[in-house]
This record gives sequence, structure tokens and C-alpha cells, in this order.
Amino acid sequence: MLKLKNICKSYNIGTVNETTLFSDFNLQVNKGEFISVIGSNGSGKTTMLNLICGSIPLDSGDILVQDKSIIKLKEYQRSKFIGRVFQDPGKGTCPSMNILQNMAMADNKGKSFNLTAGINKKRISYYQEQLSRLKLGLEDKLYVKVGALSGGQRQAMALLMSTMTPLDFLILDEHTAALDPKTSEIIMELTDELVREKQLTTLMVTHNLRYAVDYGNRLIMMHQGHAILDYDADKKAKTQVEDILGTFNEISIECGN
Amino acid sequence: MTDILIGILEQGFIYGILALGVYITYTILDFPDLSVDGTFPMGAAVAAILITGGFNPWLALILAFGAGCLAGLVTGVIHVKCGVRDLLSGIITMTALYSINIHIADGKANLPIFTGDTIFNSGLATMLPEALQPYTVVIISGLLILLCKLLMDWYLNTKSGFLLYAVGDNQQVVTALAKDQGKVKILGLILANGLVALSGAVLCQQQRFFDVSMGPGSIVLGLAAVIIGTNLFKNFGFVKGTTAAIIGAIIYKACYAGAIKLGMEATDMKLITAVLFLAVLLISTGKKKGGKRHA
Repeated sequence: MLKLKNICKSYNIGTVNETTLFSDFNLQVNKGEFISVIGSNGSGKTTMLNLICGSIPLDSGDILVQDKSIIKLKEYQRSKFIGRVFQDPGKGTCPSMNILQNMAMADNKGKSFNLTAGINKKRISYYQEQLSRLKLGLEDKLYVKVGALSGGQRQAMALLMSTMTPLDFLILDEHTAALDPKTSEIIMELTDELVREKQLTTLMVTHNLRYAVDYGNRLIMMHQGHAILDYDADKKAKTQVEDILGTFNEISIECGN
Repeated sequence: MTDILIGILEQGFIYGILALGVYITYTILDFPDLSVDGTFPMGAAVAAILITGGFNPWLALILAFGAGCLAGLVTGVIHVKCGVRDLLSGIITMTALYSINIHIADGKANLPIFTGDTIFNSGLATMLPEALQPYTVVIISGLLILLCKLLMDWYLNTKSGFLLYAVGDNQQVVTALAKDQGKVKILGLILANGLVALSGAVLCQQQRFFDVSMGPGSIVLGLAAVIIGTNLFKNFGFVKGTTAAIIGAIIYKACYAGAIKLGMEATDMKLITAVLFLAVLLISTGKKKGGKRHA
């Protein structure tokens, strides 16, 4: 469904600091897969997500979605079929707008932002129903500005908003990394629930090995621009954190972490 | 005394339209748009030349609005498509408009309206009852700003208006909604500069002349109005930003009238503007010590 073909990407080309991150990187993501991606710092995890979403340009290679190249599409055009949740909880919501306005905007994704009323009153109960599954009490705070919410609450909303309309892919960029352990647990469970319910094809980058092992049905470990480990659903099911910890430590030590 | 009050309201309403425009760029878009210093006199130039040419004064307002929109489009395209920094894009448009405004006004830096109907002496104005005639300017400019405010409040509650808020708040959300944030910004600049030019056109009809020196200081005035208004009402959630901006403009004009009353001369106008603006900034930021000190 999503194919990365012969991807090359270097930073600071033409300077002494030139670093090649990807040279001939390939990855195929199949429909319905929930892939956990782990790896050391600088291994190319986030760069891979940025390349897929179009936030940064490719040097060479191709990215195919359903066998069609998407590299000519701008970031906002790719957003039509890609949903993304960032590490920074502030990135997915508008702080000076209230919860209801944020939900209404997310609900309208893919449609025209025209001169009709911004909030469709008939949808309010649906938004409340969606918010109530977060179990954070946000359904009673519809008119509270999102900027007044905690990081965890904002991240939960960002997750809900990015999955509200039909998607081909969900991209999770260390989306629990900035949260406290309990909140990140809640967000992770919500993620799993949403991914299952909407049968979303998901790529999740995480630094939390336990999440990587516990959630999803495929596991990839990246190092220096290569997938050095790729477990399918069966193999992943039999894998414990301890099994991959050794490899993970090896690559981390190599990077000096 | 009543004369002074009426004068303050007249000026407050006229410049309030400018403040509404600045509210869009400064508060909603978070874009420091200096093109305002060029679009304000542009509106006046368009109105002056059309009215001396015998056009309907209301049509002159609409065309002035359109001209302002065009200037906003230019600033937006320079910023979004050419990648020039926001502040600089405004300065480029503002500078170019100085010459363009003189061209619009038939090559003159000052164009008086000796003959020709304005919105304050024809049409709607003549329908006012005798007793209200002395208040024509305040009534008509009041109606005009009310119309602008209501239209803006309506627009800001539409889906398109939400997107405008969102682009100033968090561009990433607009991108995530599969919308081109650059286009939304350009739209905001178009609307804002349209309002600013409209304000210039109304002022031109009230004072019956265009002068190229009307421009410098407009942005400062608009910013002062918006900052006074939003700070005054920041603890009153139910007061809309548009209302706050208009009230800010009236308060600003009242302070200005006070300074004149205390013996300042008309030539000191820009000096008063600058000092008042500084005072507004110090008062509004002084309250939150330790926070961000820059406006």
C-alpha cells in the first residue's frame, strides 16, 4: 500500500558536515499493518516520517501510495490521506480556539471551508460522544480554550482530531514521549483502540521499547538508515522486550547514547 | 463639550474600521502587516479621485475596498509565494504604494474634494430628520462600522473564518486539515487591507481631501487601538475582539483629542501618536511582570 523505493536523503549537502542518512532505503507497508518503529537517535525514524508526509524533500527515490507516486504532492495535499500526531502536544490543536471549534474543524477535513457556519449544531452530540471516550471529561468543557488544557488532554484531542475523517495512514511521531507515564499509557491505549476500530494502517515511531513490543503487529528497528530488524506479526507476538534490548543497546552504544 | 465628544466618536468610528483590519492581521493572523501605512491613504486616494470625477460616493467606498484587497493580495503573494519575511513584505508594498497613491490621485500629493457628493452630504445623509443633521457624520460612520463589525463577526464564525483563526494560531493544524496555509494567510491579508482602505476612503470623504501624508502612522494607530481594546477586555470573555478593537479606537482618539486640548498642535500629530502608542504598550505589558515584554 505504501512503498518507499530506493530512498536517498542527505543533510548539509556540499558542506563539510554532509551526512548521508538514507542511501537506497526500501520499505513496504501493507494495508492494516500497525508498525512500531524503534531505533537510536539519528537512525532516520523521524526523517522517514517527514519524507512520507512531505515535510522535507527527498534527494532521490520514490514514495508510492497504492502504486501512485506522491512525491510531487505538497505536505498539505498529502494530509488528505495521511493523519499525523506529533511529539509536541501543541502541534495538533489550535490553542486559542475552544474544544468545539477544534473538533468542528477536524470534522470538516476534506470538505470545503466555505462561508457556512463553522459549527454544525447537529454534530455537537457526536463530538461529545467522541470526547467522552477519552475519559478526560472534555465533553463537558466544549467552550474551554484548548490552550488551557494539559499536554495529555491536548494530545488526546490531537489523536481524536487526526483520526476523525477517513485516512489511509496514521503517522505517530513519538506521540507519547512528552507525556507523563500515566498519561502516555492512556494515550497509547486510546491509540490502539482507534487503530483497531478504524482499521488504520499505522506507522508509530517510539522510544518506548515496551510500547513497541506490546502494540502493533509489525516491529522495525532502524539503525543508520537501514531497517536492521523487521519482525512480522507472528514473530513479534513471540518477542519480549528483553529479546530486542540487546540489539537496541548495541546500536545505541555505537551512537554514543 | 458635546462637540468634542461627537468629534471623538466620528474619528473613533472612522478609524475603528482601520482597527478592524489591523485586528485581522495583528491578532488573528499574527502577521505584522506594515502595508497598512500604504493602503490607508490608497483608499483615500481612490475615493478622492472617484468623487471629484463625479462617481457615486458609496461606489467609491466599494472600489476603495477593492483596491485595498488588491494591495493585501500583493503583500500576501510577496510573503507566501516569494518567501519574503512578513515584516519586509509589508514594507515593500507600503513603499511602492506611496508612489502608486500619488499616481491614483492624478499625480498630486494632495487632492481636495471641492465639489461632488460624499456619503455625508448625499443620499442616506439627506434622509436624516432635521434635528439629527448636525450628527450626520457620526450616524453614518457609526452605521458603516456597525455593518463592518457584524459582517466580520459573521465571517469569523464560518468555516473559512475558523481557518483564518487557525492559521494564526497553529499553521500545522491548517496543513493537517489538507489546506494550503499560504492561501489562507493571503485571504486574511486581502480582507484586512480591504478594511483599511475602506477606512481611508471614509476619512477622505469626511475631511474632503486626500493627502499622501495620511499614511505614515496608520499602522501604529491601528495597533494602539487593537492593543488598548484587547487589553481592556481581556478578562471579559463575552466581549468580541471586533468590539474591543472599535472601542480601543475610540479611546485612542479620545486620548488624542485630550492631547490637542492640552495645547499640542496639529503638526505634533505623529509625535502624539508615537508617544500614546508607547504609553499603551507600557501600560498593557507592565501588568504582567516577568512575562513577555515585547508587544
